[in-house]
Amino acid sequence: MAVKLPRKDVVVIGLGWAGSIIANELTDEGLDVVAIERGPWRDTARDFNIATAADELRYNQRQELMVRPAQNAITVRNNASQTALPMRNWGSFHPGNGTGGAGNHWAGITFRFGPDDFRLKSYLTEKYGAAAMPEELTLQDWGTDWAEMEPHYASFDRIAGISGKAGNLNGVIQEGGNPFEGPRSEEYPTKPMRQPYGPTLFAEAARKLGYKPFPVPSALLSEAYTNPLGVTMGPCTFCGFCTNYGCANYSKASAITTVLPALVRKSNFTAVTNSEVLRVTLDRSGTRATGVVYVDSSGQEWEQPADLVVVSAFTFENVRLMLLSGVGKPYDPATNSGSTGRNYCYQTANSVQMFFDDKNFNSFIGGGAVGMGIDEFNNDNFDHSGLGFFGGGSIRVTPIGAAPIGSRPTPPGTPRWGSKWKSETQKAYLSTMSIGCEASSYAIRGNYLSLDPTYKDRLGRPLLRVTFDFPENDLKMAQYCTSRVAEIARAMGPRQIVERPMKGHWNSVPYQSSHVVGGFVMGTDPTTSSVNKYLQAWDVPNLFVVGASAFPQNPGYNPTGTVGALAFKAADAIRTLYLKAPGALVPA
Amino acid sequence: MRKSVLLALAILGGLSAAAQAGDQTDFVTVERGRYLAVLGDCAACHTAPGGKPFAGGVPIETPFGRLVGANITPDRETGIGDWTLEDFQRAMSEGVAKGGYHLYGAMPYTAYTKVTAADNAALFAYLKTLEPVHSEVETNQLPFPFNIRLSLFGWNLLNFTKGEYVPDPKRDAEWNRGAYLVQGLAHCGTCHTPKNVIGGDKNDQFLKGNVVDGWLAPDITGNAHEGIGKWSVDELIDYMKDGANRYDIASGPMAEVVEKSSSQWTDADLKAVATYLKSLDGSPTAPPAPLAASDPRMVAGRAIYEDRCSGCHVGKGEGIAGLFPKLAAAPLVNNADPASLIRVVLAGSRAGATDARPTGPSMPAFAWNLKDEDVANLLTYVRNSWGNAAPPVAAGEVAKLRSELQP
Repeated sequence: MAVKLPRKDVVVIGLGWAGSIIANELTDEGLDVVAIERGPWRDTARDFNIATAADELRYNQRQELMVRPAQNAITVRNNASQTALPMRNWGSFHPGNGTGGAGNHWAGITFRFGPDDFRLKSYLTEKYGAAAMPEELTLQDWGTDWAEMEPHYASFDRIAGISGKAGNLNGVIQEGGNPFEGPRSEEYPTKPMRQPYGPTLFAEAARKLGYKPFPVPSALLSEAYTNPLGVTMGPCTFCGFCTNYGCANYSKASAITTVLPALVRKSNFTAVTNSEVLRVTLDRSGTRATGVVYVDSSGQEWEQPADLVVVSAFTFENVRLMLLSGVGKPYDPATNSGSTGRNYCYQTANSVQMFFDDKNFNSFIGGGAVGMGIDEFNNDNFDHSGLGFFGGGSIRVTPIGAAPIGSRPTPPGTPRWGSKWKSETQKAYLSTMSIGCEASSYAIRGNYLSLDPTYKDRLGRPLLRVTFDFPENDLKMAQYCTSRVAEIARAMGPRQIVERPMKGHWNSVPYQSSHVVGGFVMGTDPTTSSVNKYLQAWDVPNLFVVGASAFPQNPGYNPTGTVGALAFKAADAIRTLYLKAPGALVPA
Repeated sequence: MRKSVLLALAILGGLSAAAQAGDQTDFVTVERGRYLAVLGDCAACHTAPGGKPFAGGVPIETPFGRLVGANITPDRETGIGDWTLEDFQRAMSEGVAKGGYHLYGAMPYTAYTKVTAADNAALFAYLKTLEPVHSEVETNQLPFPFNIRLSLFGWNLLNFTKGEYVPDPKRDAEWNRGAYLVQGLAHCGTCHTPKNVIGGDKNDQFLKGNVVDGWLAPDITGNAHEGIGKWSVDELIDYMKDGANRYDIASGPMAEVVEKSSSQWTDADLKAVATYLKSLDGSPTAPPAPLAASDPRMVAGRAIYEDRCSGCHVGKGEGIAGLFPKLAAAPLVNNADPASLIRVVLAGSRAGATDARPTGPSMPAFAWNLKDEDVANLLTYVRNSWGNAAPPVAAGEVAKLRSELQP
C-alpha cells in the first residue's frame, strides 16, 4: 500500500535533459518541485572521474550507463502478425538511466530541426501535391512553427554552450555554416570544434563537389564556457571516450554538467533517486492528474500528490507510463484510431566506409560530435519530384574515437579471427574512415507502441512493445542518399569503399541509434495527437509530457537539441500561461 | 583619511564596551550575531554534518590528539544555556569556560580575544535564540598528559596575549576592519600561521603558511612566489566569495570555509579582508632556481604530466579558469612544502561549490595508479616548469603521506 506524502506543486518524472531543464525553470518560478528518477544520482566528480572514465569494457561493452533490461526492458517485433519477444540486452538503441539520463552517454550532436519539419505534412502537400505522397506514410504537422521554436532552441544552446558556426543569422546566410538551417537569432555560444584529419578531407572533397560543408554542431565544447546558471564547462580534449561514456573533462553538455549543479542547490527542489514511477494517478473524471505513485529500492510504494505532473522520461517510458496510467486512448493500427502509441518512428542509419593505403587518420582521436557535415541531401533540401520517396539525411564524418575492443575495421571478406584478421586490423585501424548518413524516419500506420500482452516487469506491469519496420519510403531514401555519399567517398580517392544503406527489415540486435521518437505526439488534432503545442496532454490539462515522444516523425537530424527546446517550450508555457490560468491552453 | 580613521576608532572603540551590549533579544543584535557566526565559521567545529546547528560533535584532529567541538546551543545541561554573557565573553577573550576551566587552542581564543565585547554580545544573543539541543559532547578526547587542562596555564603564558583588537590609527577604516576580521573572528591564522612545537602561533610568521591535517594552508601574505602576491584585491575577493578566481579554485578545508563562511560575507567585509591581506609584506627570501628541464626527474615527470594531467590543466599548466586550477605561478605549487600537492594527487579532491560557481569540479585520485616515485617526479616537474621554482619532491615524502592517508 502506497504511503501518501505531503503535496508538492510539481512532480517531474525523470532527470535527464527535459526533466532537469523543466525542474530548473519551474523552481525559478518559485514552485516546490520534486523530481523522481529511476536510476542513481550521477555526478561527474564521482562517477566520471578521469582516472576511471575511459574504460571501454565497462562503458561501451558492458553498457554501464544504460538502464538494465532487468529493470526496464521492451519487447520487439517487426509487424502485427508476429509475437514480440523481450530484448534482454540493448542492441539497436541505448536507453539511459540515472540523473542526466541518456544525455550522459550521448554523442553530443545538436542540430535544430528545419522550419519545414514542424509542418511537414502541409509543406510536402503544398509543394508536391497530395497525390505525390506515398500512400503508406502517416505524416503529421507538429502544431508549432519555427518562430515559436527558435527562442527555445536558443535557450538550450546557451544552457549547453553548443559549439558551432551559424549558417543563417536572422535570415542572412553565413559563410562556413549550414546554409540550410532555419534563421538563428544568435551565433552559437562557443566557436566550432577544431577538426581532425578525416572530417577535413571530407569537407575538402564535399566542397569540390559543390556542397557546403559546415562544422557539426557539438555539445562537446570547443572552449571553456560558463552557462547562464553559472556552471562551467571545459574544452573537449578529443579523448575518444565519448559516445556511451560519461565525460570526465566537464566538456560534454548533459544535465549533470549544465543544470543539476545549480538546481540541486535550490531549497525548493528535491530529487528522489533509485525510485521508479509506477503510474500517474488521475481523479475519478480522468481529466485531472493528482500525482504519481512510485516505488523505492526497498519496494516501498509512495504516493506523491502534486498540482502539476511533468512526464519527462525517455521516449519508451513516457509512452508506457501513459498507457499504464490510462492517459489518452491506446492507438489501434487496425482501425487507425487512438493516439497513445501512435507515429512511433526511428532513425535510418546509413554509412559508407573507406579504406585507404596512404592516409593516417589517428582514429583514436575523436568525440561523438566532432566532425564536418553537409545538408544538401537532408529532408527536402533537394528536389524530391519523381524520386518516389520523401526525406533525407545528415551526411557527415564524425570520428567518435576508435576504442580498441569495438573498433577493428577490416575490409569485407577478412576472416573474423586469426593471423589474417590481425594483419588486416593493423593495416586498416589508422587508415579507415567512414561517412555517416543519419537519415529521416517517417511514420506509417503499422509502426506503433503498445503494452505487451505477455511479458511483464518485476513489478508485474506489462512491458512496452515496439512494433516497427522500415517503411518502403525510408528504404528508398536510404538507397538514394547512400549513393550520394558514395560519390563523395569516391572523390576522396580510397582504395576501396563499402556502401551500407539501411536495407531489409529492422533488426534489433546491431546498434543503430537511440533516436526513438513518437508515441505521444504533438499536434493540432486531439484524435491524432496526444499533446498540444505546449506539450500539454489534451485530455489532462495539468499533465505535460515532454521529450522525443512528442515528435510525429523524425527528420534526418539527431533529436536532442529539439528535446531541449521542447523542454524550454513546455516550461515557458507553464510559467507564462498555465500558472496564470490553469486549464487547457489550446481548446480541444 | 583622518576622518575615516576617527570613524574606525569610534566604531570599534565605541561598541567595545560590554555595557553597551544592549537588548539581548533585539532583532538587529541577533541578526548581527548570526552574521558574525558565519564570519567566524563557528559551524565548522560546532555543527556536525547532518546534525543540529551548533550542537557540537565535530572531531578536530590535532597533533596532540582528538578534540571535539562543543555543544553551544542554549541547552542548560549540555550546552551553554546557563552561561551568562560574561561567561561567554571570558571564553572568547581568555579561553576560559564557565566553571573556570581552560579551553584548548583548537577553540581559537588566541584569535577571538581580538573580538570586541559588542560583537561577542551579539554572537551570544544569536546563540541564545537557537533550538536547545540536549546532547552531551565529550570535547576532550586527548591522551594523557595533554588531557590535563592545567597544562594550558603554561601554554597560555607562552602563546597567548589577551586583548581586543586595537585599530591602527595610521590605516583607514577598511584596512582596520580587514585586520580586525583576519586576526580575530575569521581566525585565518589558525590554519595559515606556522606553529611552534607546542602548537602555538609563530606570530613573527603570521599567515606565512602551515600544514594542517595533510593540507598546506598556503602563505597568504604578499609573497609573490609562495603567497598570493600576484593576486589583485578583486581576484582575492573572487576566491573568497565564489570559491574560484582565474588562478585557483578552493578545495580541501578551504572549500568548506568558502562554502560555509566567506561566500556569505558582505562585499564590504570581503574587500576589507582582501585589502588587509594584500598589505601584508611577503617573505623577502629569493625564490630558488628551477631545476633544469634535462634533470631525469623532470624528464620522467613531464611524461607523466602529459599523459595524466594535461587534459585538464592544459599543456603549460594554464588550467581552465573556474574549473581546473592554474599550475603555473600558483602559490600552492611554488610553496616549499608540497603537502597539499602530494595529497591531492594521491587522494584527489573536490572543489567547493557556491551559488555563483556551482560546478564543484574534482581532481581524481591517482594513488591507485602512480607509484611514490611517479608522484614525486610529476610534482617535481610541475614545481619547476612554466616559471615555477620549488624544491624537488622526494619519493619518501609521498610514501609518508600515502601511509598517513590510509584509513
